[in-house]
Amino acid sequence: MSDILLTEVAGVAPRGRAHILRRFLHHKLAVLGVVVIALLGVAAAGATWLAPYDPDYIEIGQRYAPPLSDGRLLGADDLGRDVQSRLMFAGRISLSVGIAAMLVTLIVGFAVGAFAAYLGGFIDVALMRLTDVMLCFPSVFLLLFVAAFVTPTLTSIALMIGLTCWMEIARIVHAQILSLKSADFIAAAQLAGAPAWRIVLRQILPNTLAPLLVAATLNTANAILLESYISFLGYGIQPPQASWGNMLTNAQSDFQVDAWLAVFPGLAITLAVASFNFIGDGLRDALDPRVSHNER
Amino acid sequence: MVRYLFNRLGQSAVLLIGVSIIGFALMHLAPGGPLAVYTLNPTVTAQDIERVKHQFGLDQPVYVQYFKWAGGLVTGQWGYSFFGGRPVSAIVLERLPATFELMGSSLLLALIIGVAIGMLAAVRRNSILDYATATAAMIALSLPTFWFGLLGIFVFAQTLGWLPAGGIETTGGGGFADRMWHLVLPMLVLAFVLVAQWSRYTRSTMLEILGQDYMRTARAKGLRPARVLLAHGLRAALVPLVTLAGLQLPLLVGGALVTETVFSWPGMGLLFVNALGTRDYPVLMAILMVGALVVVLGNLLADVIVALIDPRIKLGHV
Amino acid sequence: MSLLEVRDLAVAFGRTRAVDGISFTLSEGETLGLVGESGCGKSTTALALMRLLHGAELHGSAIFGDCELLRLGETAMRAIRGAQMGMIFQDPGTALHPLIRVGDQVSEVMRAHLGISGEEARARSLELFRKVGIAAPEQRLRAYPHELSGGMCQRVMIAAAIACSPRLLIADEPTTALDVTVQAQILELIRAISRDARMAVILITHDLGVVAGLTDRVAVMYAGRIVEVATTDRLFAAPGHPYSRGLLGSLPKLDSGWNEELPTIPGSIETAAGAGGCRFAPRCPLASEICRNEPPLMAIGEGRFAACWKAS
Repeated sequence: MSDILLTEVAGVAPRGRAHILRRFLHHKLAVLGVVVIALLGVAAAGATWLAPYDPDYIEIGQRYAPPLSDGRLLGADDLGRDVQSRLMFAGRISLSVGIAAMLVTLIVGFAVGAFAAYLGGFIDVALMRLTDVMLCFPSVFLLLFVAAFVTPTLTSIALMIGLTCWMEIARIVHAQILSLKSADFIAAAQLAGAPAWRIVLRQILPNTLAPLLVAATLNTANAILLESYISFLGYGIQPPQASWGNMLTNAQSDFQVDAWLAVFPGLAITLAVASFNFIGDGLRDALDPRVSHNER
Repeated sequence: MVRYLFNRLGQSAVLLIGVSIIGFALMHLAPGGPLAVYTLNPTVTAQDIERVKHQFGLDQPVYVQYFKWAGGLVTGQWGYSFFGGRPVSAIVLERLPATFELMGSSLLLALIIGVAIGMLAAVRRNSILDYATATAAMIALSLPTFWFGLLGIFVFAQTLGWLPAGGIETTGGGGFADRMWHLVLPMLVLAFVLVAQWSRYTRSTMLEILGQDYMRTARAKGLRPARVLLAHGLRAALVPLVTLAGLQLPLLVGGALVTETVFSWPGMGLLFVNALGTRDYPVLMAILMVGALVVVLGNLLADVIVALIDPRIKLGHV
Repeated sequence: MSLLEVRDLAVAFGRTRAVDGISFTLSEGETLGLVGESGCGKSTTALALMRLLHGAELHGSAIFGDCELLRLGETAMRAIRGAQMGMIFQDPGTALHPLIRVGDQVSEVMRAHLGISGEEARARSLELFRKVGIAAPEQRLRAYPHELSGGMCQRVMIAAAIACSPRLLIADEPTTALDVTVQAQILELIRAISRDARMAVILITHDLGVVAGLTDRVAVMYAGRIVEVATTDRLFAAPGHPYSRGLLGSLPKLDSGWNEELPTIPGSIETAAGAGGCRFAPRCPLASEICRNEPPLMAIGEGRFAACWKAS
C-alpha cells in the first residue's frame, strides 16, 4: 500500500545532520513512530525472555480466555495459546520479514538503477524498461503467483516481497545518478583514475542516501503489509510458527466467537506499519530542502 | 496531439510486450511448466507427456514457443483451466465486470471525497483540519485492507446487521437495489484507502497551485472563493491528478483483489485466490496478464484525458 | 476630489515591516508612478490595497471612494476587486490561467460583477479585445495563453482588468517581463485607456524611464517609505531627495559616451538603517549628524515633498 508514498520522495537532498535531526524531532508523529518501533522491536527481540508463556503451548482449558483473565493480558486463542506471547514472537517474524524484504528492495533496486544509469546505452534502456514493465503488475498478484509455487520460509518470503517491490528504488537511484553523473566531483574522481565500482560506492551512494532512506522506511511498511496478507491467505509464514498475518487466518470466524482474537494482530500490524509510514514522512520532511520549517 | 498520442501508444505497446515476456518467463518458472496439469495427473504416462509436448510445440526453441504463446494471448487462446477444462478466457472475462464495478465505484467515490478533503487541507494549511486529515490518511494507508474489511463485516453486517456480509447479490438473484446494497460495504472499504491516497495527492498538488500567479489573478478579479478554487485551482490540478490516477492503478487493482477475497465478491481477485488454492496456473496467468493490461490501458487512457484537458500538449509544449 | 487616500499604511509580516507608514493621495483620473528598487515595498503596497496579501498585518487607512479598504469585509472587498479596482501583473505568461481560453478569462470578470449573460460577456470581451489592440480578436478569444506572445497576453490581462470600467487600475511592473519593443506599446495603451475612461492608474515600476512619459505624479519609495513625491516634470527637472537624484543619475542619457560608466548608488537596500534615522543615510553622499533623526515628508516646493533634511 505504502509504495504510493514513494512517488513523493523525489528531490530530497542531503543537509546538515544537526539540522535534519532537529527537523525530524519537530515531526511529533515520526518521533512517536520511532518510539513505537523501538518498543515493538524490544518486545519481539526479547520475546524469549519477556513473553509470559511459551507461544506454542496449548492449554485446552484456557481456550478463548478473554483478555485480562488469569493473568493473561490479551487472553488466549482457539487452542488456549497465550495471545500476548504469540504476538511478541509473531512480531519477531513479521518485523524481520519487513526489514529483510526492505533490504532486498534496496539491494536489487540500487543495483538495477545504478547499473542502468552508470553504464547507459542499451543496458540503461533495457533495465529501465524492465522496471516500467514490473510496475505494470499489481504487486499483490505477482507476489501471490510466485508464492503459490515457492516453499514459504522466512527467507523466501522476504526475497519474494523484495523482488516484487524494488522498482521505485531503482527509479530513484537511476534519476539521482543521472543528475549526479554530470556533477563535477564525479568527473574529478574519474580523472583521478578511480574505478567505476569505487565511484559508485564512495561518491554516488552517499548522495542518493537521503531519498533512499525515506523509500526504505516506506518499503518496510509496505513489506509488513504484504507479508501479513499472504500469511493471512496461507501462502506466507506457516503455522504453528506465528506471524501477525497468519494469526488472522481464522479472523472471519474469530470475530464471531472471540472478536479480540481478530483485533489484536490487526492492531499490531497497523501500529507497526503506521509507525514506519510516519517515520518515512518525518524523514522526508526533514531531508527535503524545499519544505520550510513550519510547513510540517 | 496526434503525435503525442502515437508516442504514448508506442510506449504502451512496448510495455505490453515486456509484460508478455515476464508472463511467459513466469509460466515456465512455475513447477511443471505449462504442462503442470498433465504431470500432476497420475494416469498420464511419460509417453503421453512427450506426445503432448510435441503437440503443444514445447520441444521447439524458446523464441518460437514465445511467439506462439503471445499469438495465442492476442487471439484469446489463453488455454484451459486445469479444473473443468473450460477456456480460461471465458472464465476470466465473465469475472471482469464485477471487478470493474467494484473498482470503478470505489475510485469515483474516493476521487470525490479525497479531492475535497485534499483541497480543504491545502486551503486551510497547518490548521487542525489539515493535521487531522493528514494523520487519519496515514493511518488509513497503514491498515491491512483484508483485516479492515473483516472488521467492517463484523461491525456492520454481523453486529449491526445493516449490510450484507458479502457476495454481489442475494443468492438466487436480486434486483438492482439488491446489487447496490451488496456493493456498499466492499466499496467503502476499498474507497477508504483510496481516499487517503487522494487526499494526500490533492493536498500537495493544490499547495503548489495555490502559490501560482494565476490564482492571485483570479482573486484580483473579485471572483467568489468557490469559483477561484474550483474553476481555476481544481482545473489546474486536474492534469497532475489524472496522471497520478493512471500511475496508482496497480494499487487500485491490487486493492480490489484483496477486497474481493474478503467480501466473496465474484470478480477477478476472488477467482485469483481460488485458483491459487488449486494451483490452476492458466487461470492465474491469465488474471496476471489481464491485471497488467488494465494497468497499461488505464495509463494510456489517463494520457489521452490529459491531452484533452491540457491544450499545451497539442503543440508539444509539455 | 481624491479617489484614494492612503494614510500611514503599514504592512507587517510577523516582525518585518515591508511597508512602514506611507501616505499618498490619488485624484480621479490621475496617474501616479510608484518607483523604487526591488524590495522597497511597492508591490506589497499594491497587494495590500487590493487586500490580496495572506498572513499580513495591515495598519493605517486607505479610503477608496467612501470605503475604508483596510477594514472592509471580504465580501464587500470582493465586489470592489475587479469591478472598481483592476490589477495587472508583471509576468502575463504566468498571471493568465494556462488551461482557460483567454476570452473566458476576460468574460468571467464581467459575469462575476455585472451579472450579464455569457453571450453578452462574450460580445463585450470581443469589444475589449479590439480596444486593447488585439488583432483578429474573434479568433484570439478562443486562444490559450501559450498560443499568444507575451505582449498579447499582457493586452489580455489589461482587457480583463478594465472589463468592468474600474475607477482605479493598478499596474504592477506591467512591462518588465516584455520585449523592449513591446513595452512602449503597452505603456501607450495604458495611457490611452486611462485618458479615455478617466481611470486613475497606479503604475509600479523600478524603471524611471517608464514613468517619464506616462504619469502625472511620482512617489519614490525606499525601504518601505515614501521618500519623495512630486509631479513628474518637477521630479525629473530637480529631484529633491538624494535617492531620487541617484536614481535619475543612473539612467543612461542619449548624450553619454559609450565608454562612460553609468553612475550607480553605492550599497544596497539591505543596508537600510534599522533603528531610527534616515534609512537612506548609510548610502547617502550627503549624510551627516542630523540624519540620525528620521526626516518626515516635508514640503520642499509647490506640490513637492521629500523626506530629507538636506532637500532644498
